[in-house]
Amino acid sequence: MDILYLLIPLALLLMAVAIGAFLWAIRTGQFEDLEGPAHRILMDDDDPKIPKYKDEE
Amino acid sequence: MPSEPAQSCYHCGLPVPAGSRYETKVLGEQRAMCCPGCQAVAEAIVAADLSDYYRYRSEDARQGQALVPEALREFELYDKPELQKSFVEQSGEHIREAALIMEGITCAACIWLNERHINAMPGVLSFQINYSTQRARVRWDDSQIRLSDILKAITQIGYVAHPYDAGRQDEVYKRERRKALRRLAVAGLGMMQVMMLSVALYAGDYSGMETNLRDFFRWVGLILTTPVVLYSAKPFFASAWRDLRFRQLGMDVPVSLAIGTAYVASVWATITGTGEVYYDSVTMFTLFLLASRFLEMGARQRAGRAMEELVKLLPAMATRIIEGRDEVVAVSELGLGDRVRVKPGETIAADGVVLDGHSSVDESLLTGESMPVTKEVGDTVIGATVNMDSPLLIEVQAVGQGTVLSSIQKLLERAQQEKPHLAMLADRIASWFVGAILILAMIVGVFWYLHSPGEAFWVVLSVLVVTCPCALSLATPAALTAATLRLSQLGILTTRGHALETLARVNHVVFDKTGTLTHGRLSLQAVRIIGDMEEGRLRAIAANMERVSEHPIARALMAGQEQGLLVSGAQATVGRGIEAMVEGVRYRLGRLDYVQELAGENNQTDTSTAGSAITVYLANSSGVQGEFVLTDEVRDQARPVVDILKVRGIKVSLLSGDRPDTVAALASELGIEHAMGGLLPDDKLRLIRQFHQQGDTVLMLGDGVNDAPVLAAAQVSIAMGSGTQLAQASADMVLLTEHLDHILLGMDKAGQTLGIIRQNLAWALLYNLIALPLASTGHVAPWMAAIGMSLSSLVVVMNALRLNREAGYARPVHPKVKS
Repeated sequence: MDILYLLIPLALLLMAVAIGAFLWAIRTGQFEDLEGPAHRILMDDDDPKIPKYKDEE
Repeated sequence: MPSEPAQSCYHCGLPVPAGSRYETKVLGEQRAMCCPGCQAVAEAIVAADLSDYYRYRSEDARQGQALVPEALREFELYDKPELQKSFVEQSGEHIREAALIMEGITCAACIWLNERHINAMPGVLSFQINYSTQRARVRWDDSQIRLSDILKAITQIGYVAHPYDAGRQDEVYKRERRKALRRLAVAGLGMMQVMMLSVALYAGDYSGMETNLRDFFRWVGLILTTPVVLYSAKPFFASAWRDLRFRQLGMDVPVSLAIGTAYVASVWATITGTGEVYYDSVTMFTLFLLASRFLEMGARQRAGRAMEELVKLLPAMATRIIEGRDEVVAVSELGLGDRVRVKPGETIAADGVVLDGHSSVDESLLTGESMPVTKEVGDTVIGATVNMDSPLLIEVQAVGQGTVLSSIQKLLERAQQEKPHLAMLADRIASWFVGAILILAMIVGVFWYLHSPGEAFWVVLSVLVVTCPCALSLATPAALTAATLRLSQLGILTTRGHALETLARVNHVVFDKTGTLTHGRLSLQAVRIIGDMEEGRLRAIAANMERVSEHPIARALMAGQEQGLLVSGAQATVGRGIEAMVEGVRYRLGRLDYVQELAGENNQTDTSTAGSAITVYLANSSGVQGEFVLTDEVRDQARPVVDILKVRGIKVSLLSGDRPDTVAALASELGIEHAMGGLLPDDKLRLIRQFHQQGDTVLMLGDGVNDAPVLAAAQVSIAMGSGTQLAQASADMVLLTEHLDHILLGMDKAGQTLGIIRQNLAWALLYNLIALPLASTGHVAPWMAAIGMSLSSLVVVMNALRLNREAGYARPVHPKVKS
């Protein structure tokens, strides 16, 4: 069981990273709009940047 | 003749009136439209190559409305630099950014449509709408496109956007939300790790664990819990400290006590290697409470955002006359002696005296008087009232602090400070709960100390942890959140937390008259045929003659009528009537003596009654043809609501600024025994205070500026959604729908909520009664305390969710509130 003396501090480290990531997400506004991205991917249409065959010169 | 099957408008879903021929080709087929508005919007969408909207959408659109030129010109006011200072951010020389409130969005496709259409405009750098709040952020290059162009383009495809000052509420909300989320994150992650370790410790208790490992886990638990207690739980400690300073025992005091003592004791246990640790209970408790407060904040913010949408950013603008030229300025820039021209339909900018013109003015929002008051040269006018008939030239006599409006606002501020707050149920229980627990803990401690001193401390600690008021402190917020959300969806916005609980205990309802019990505008009540024309023809002629007028009489006559007749040579004489040629025949519409000049004298007696009704007559050269009676119509639900209130044993009163005889007439019509008219805002306040002193719990309903002080002073108040902004800001709740019977809905919901709160509190106390003996006799281990806490909280929250269900009324979600 001595390995726990290594693993648990490792877990704490990971948790610190997780909190850091969470705080970053909050700061960059990831939680401002929780429904939008779900709808947007469904309505992502063909971008004009993607050339269709008949538009290719 | 075979009747055509009823068709629905392809755009908005409303029925297509028989015989109308509006059509647009969408997605390859001709589609029927219900009105020119929908047709124009559909054509704009197709022309912009956005007909995919019709493929994506899951709901019908709002009915398209052709905006009047005045409204479009209003958009241009938003370009003015003075106004833009309050809501536009500038980054770079020409780059501007603003926040917009979007109206008319019914589904995700609407958002797609708007984003694509606006983003395609040259000069628009970005336009994005938030799906959850339906607010947009737009960045544009001011040298290529103006804000008004963007707003007009949004209107073109059938929506309305108006800018708002994002700094005021948005920023505050965002900061609040982010702070709460950060605390939640720390508490949540901390709790999960601590739980893992705690399970290990429980297992160790059961099957044996070497002391080093156990201590190691405890120390790790300490490290994990410390940030949770010091950072995430800080708001509880701060609020409890505040309460104690004012010698009150609010709900946060037992909460802080529980977290604090459990934490400190666990630290002691960790350091000395004895007893039990309760880190799991501490972190779990913190997380539950933070989560419930977060949800409460979400509900409150949602209601607040809906409230903000009722406020239009445009400040009053006035047309000042300087050296013979007209100049549009903000009202705040007016000075004494300035001359201001007020067109019909515009709001009078400041207190003043009439220099030129003859018109009637709607003073109902200030005095409650429902009929417009005639103003001639030399008469005084009050700022914020609305000019009706014809242009007036006003000389400003009072601005800013000296106006009638500002004296009402001062009254309002004083009333807000003196607002009586009924003690909330949970807070009252919290007070003696703390005392009882402390006493019991001491008794238990003493008892154990005398019998088995080593165990005493740990037993007392387990008592404190087990009786930890988790369920108790969740009882009220959970219920209020669920009820607030549900009521919001039904169109009743609650912005002050205590409102629901107070609403449940109301025994006296006070109504305002104009705009609350009545619609606040004139409508056609009766048509009397005098000549030989039929009623439909009479109404059509009157409606078409009134096309050019802004007067409320005109609006009442035009309601519901088609504008198809050929009218020429319309001439209005202020205060008397209108003359025009309709399909080649000369008509006059107005006062009896006016129309009789055309019709010739006959035996018509003027049957117009003084007081509440206005009568206009229609005549041509062969004689008087018809009579129209117009009144400020009482709302349909007024009488049923008053009846039901009386049946429930609730006192009903009517307080109004309108003329006493009009008020008395309405009171007897509705069956209200206690009614008073001719009241100033000061009088109304005095009466409300009298009611308070008599021990009544008063609910006040109003809509006008003159109601604002009373709305603030009453224990709980509701403002009409169609009322003035000042009233809405002063009241505790806003009724977005126009249905008075929704008040009963609100009261029922409030009663349910109070019931659920009581049940929750009862359950919390019951749980404590069961747990206490177990803890006192030393039978409660930390894991039992943790489970007990979670289960009791779960029961409380589940119980509160019952408030979210429909019970009886099955109404759709109100369009003004996003769910």
